[in-house]
Amino acid sequence: MYSAQTVIHQPGTMPKETAEPELKWPAEGLTVIPDWIYTSEEIYRREVERIFHGRTWNFVALECEIPNPGDYKRSFVGPTPVVVSRDTDGSIHVFENRCVHRGAEFCRAQRGNATEFVCPYHQWSYDLKGNLQGIPFKRGVKKEGGMPPDFRNEDHGLRKLTVITHRGVVFASFATDVEPLAEYLGPEVMEDFEATFDGRKLKLLGYYRNELPGNWKLYHENLKDPYHATLLHSYLVSFGLMVAGNKSIMLADSTGRHGTMGSAKPDDVSASVDDAAKKEMRAFRDDMTLADPSFLNFVREFKSPWSVTMQTIWPNLIVQREMNTLGIRHIVPNGPHSMIMIWVMFGFEGDTEEMTRHRLKQGNLMGPSGFLGLEDNEAIKFVQEGVRRSPTDHGILKLGGDSEGTSTTLISESAIRAMYRHYREVMEL
Amino acid sequence: MQGHGEVSPGFEEFTQTMIAGFEHSAVEAAAVRELRAEIEEFHYEYCAVLDRADVERWPEFFTEDAVYRITARENADAGLLVGLVYAEGRAMLRDRAFAIARTQMFAPRYMLHLVSNVRVLSATEAETRAVSNYILLQTLVDGPTTIHQAGRYYDRFRRVDGRLLLAERQCVYDTVIIANDLVYPV
Repeated sequence: MYSAQTVIHQPGTMPKETAEPELKWPAEGLTVIPDWIYTSEEIYRREVERIFHGRTWNFVALECEIPNPGDYKRSFVGPTPVVVSRDTDGSIHVFENRCVHRGAEFCRAQRGNATEFVCPYHQWSYDLKGNLQGIPFKRGVKKEGGMPPDFRNEDHGLRKLTVITHRGVVFASFATDVEPLAEYLGPEVMEDFEATFDGRKLKLLGYYRNELPGNWKLYHENLKDPYHATLLHSYLVSFGLMVAGNKSIMLADSTGRHGTMGSAKPDDVSASVDDAAKKEMRAFRDDMTLADPSFLNFVREFKSPWSVTMQTIWPNLIVQREMNTLGIRHIVPNGPHSMIMIWVMFGFEGDTEEMTRHRLKQGNLMGPSGFLGLEDNEAIKFVQEGVRRSPTDHGILKLGGDSEGTSTTLISESAIRAMYRHYREVMEL
Repeated sequence: MQGHGEVSPGFEEFTQTMIAGFEHSAVEAAAVRELRAEIEEFHYEYCAVLDRADVERWPEFFTEDAVYRITARENADAGLLVGLVYAEGRAMLRDRAFAIARTQMFAPRYMLHLVSNVRVLSATEAETRAVSNYILLQTLVDGPTTIHQAGRYYDRFRRVDGRLLLAERQCVYDTVIIANDLVYPV
C-alpha cells in the first residue's frame, strides 16, 4: 500500500504535520532527535535546496546501465528528475528532464537508446549533451510568427549538472564547486568504496523499485545503526553473518555524513554465540537450519577485512556488499513521509555462470522481499507512523553516550549522532 | 550446481526461456480445454494455500528441481536475471517459507490472489507451458484493500505421480513500484 493510500491518519492530517513547529533543536543536543526533522514540510524544502541541490555528489547511474553511445536513463537528484545520457564520444551527461520551452518532462522511458531527445509536446530537440538543437518553425511560416531573431539556441540548452564518474559509478551535482570525490568521501570511506568497485567492469543484473513510507534520513540511520542488525534480523544472527561480538566496525568519515558498516563473518558459519548474548537477542533461533545453506556461502573475492559492508554515501546512495550480493540503493526523497528506493543489482563482467547464479540466489537476503530488506522496510515504516501520529515529539539516541563518529562496538549510535552534527550545520538547525 | 542436484532447465535454457520461450504453439483444442481445467484447478489450490497464509505448504506445489522467480516486467523485458525472489530448487522455497512463517518481522496482512486468462501455450508428453494473469490484493490493518501486484505467471508444469507440479514459475509483475515490500510468495 502506498503512503497516499493510508486510510487512518492520512499524511498531512496530523497536528504535527500541519502546525509548523519552531525549528529549534532540543537543548540536550545530539542525544535527542526532534520528530520534526521527519515530518516538517519546511525542513524538507530546506533539505532539497541545501543538501540534494547543494554541494553534494548525488548518485545517478552505474555506467553499465548506459554502456553504449546514445544510451540513456531516467534518474533523480534528490526528488528532481534528470536524464543521464552517454554521448557518441562516450562522455556522460546529466541534465534536467524538463524541456526549456514549456517544462514538459520529455524523457518517459526508464532506459533506452536515442540519437537525440525530442520533447513530444512541440518537438524541440536536444542533442545527447543536452544542447538545444532544433525548434520547429523557428522562423515562422511565410515570415509570420516564429521566435524573435535574437533567440540563440546555444543560450537555451537543458539545465546541465556537473558530472563525475569513479570506477563505473556516476555522480552528479547541481553545484559546480563540490570538492573532488576522493576529498568528498575521505580516505576511509573511499577505501571501502574501492574494495567493492575494485576496478572490474560491472555487469547489470537488474532492478527493484519500491516506495518506502518513511523519511529518507531513516534509511541512513538504519545503516548507521548496527545495533538493530543483531536484534531485528534473525537471518544475520542465526547464521553468524552479523552477531554482537563478531569483528565489526561502524565507521564515520571526518565530516560525519558518510559511513561504512562493516562486519567479518567468521570462517565457522555456525558462529558460536555465547549464552549471555543469546538471551539478549530475541531474534536468535537455535532451531533454525537451512535446507539449502549454499546461498549463504561467501566467495572471498574482495580485498577487504569485511565480508559485509553497507556504505551510506551522503546524501542519496547506499552501496551494498553483502558477501557476494552487490547492489546500490538510490534514495529518491518523496516528501517528508516517503522515499522511493531504486535498487540496481550488479555483478562483474567475467563472472562465471555459477557465480552469477550465486549472486542471484544470495540476493534473497536483500531488496523489498529480502530476508533483511523487508524487515528494514517494515521497521522504517513503523518509525514514520510513530513520529507522525503521536503527540510525543522526540526520540532518544543515547547508545554509546554522546560519542560521535566511528565506533568499534555494534552497540552504539555514535555514527548517527555524527551524521546529525553535519546535518545541523548544513541546515543551520 | 551447489548442493541440490541438477537444476532443470539448464541455466542457458533458463535465461533464454525467460518469457521468450513461452511462445504459443499448436495444441489440439480438446487437449487445451482439458489442460486448462486442470491448470485452473491447480491455480485455485495454490492460491488457497497462500491466501490463508499457510506458506509452509506452498513448496509442495513445486518439483524438487523447480525454479521460481518474482521479477519486474522491466527486468524480464530486458533479459535481466534478478528476482525479488530467486530460487533454484524446492529446498530454497522451503527455507523461504520457514523464514516467513516463523522468523521474519512484518506487520500483519491479508493477501488475496485472483487468477484468470489461463492460456495453454504448449503441451508435450513431458511438460505443459502456460501463462496466466494474476492480481494480488493486500490488506493491512490500517489501510484499504489495495492492488499490490498485477502480473503474469509463466509456468512450466510437469506431471509427477499423475499430479501437475511446477517445474518453473516466473511471476512477472507490471506494478513498477512496490508498495514498501512483498512479504509472502506470489
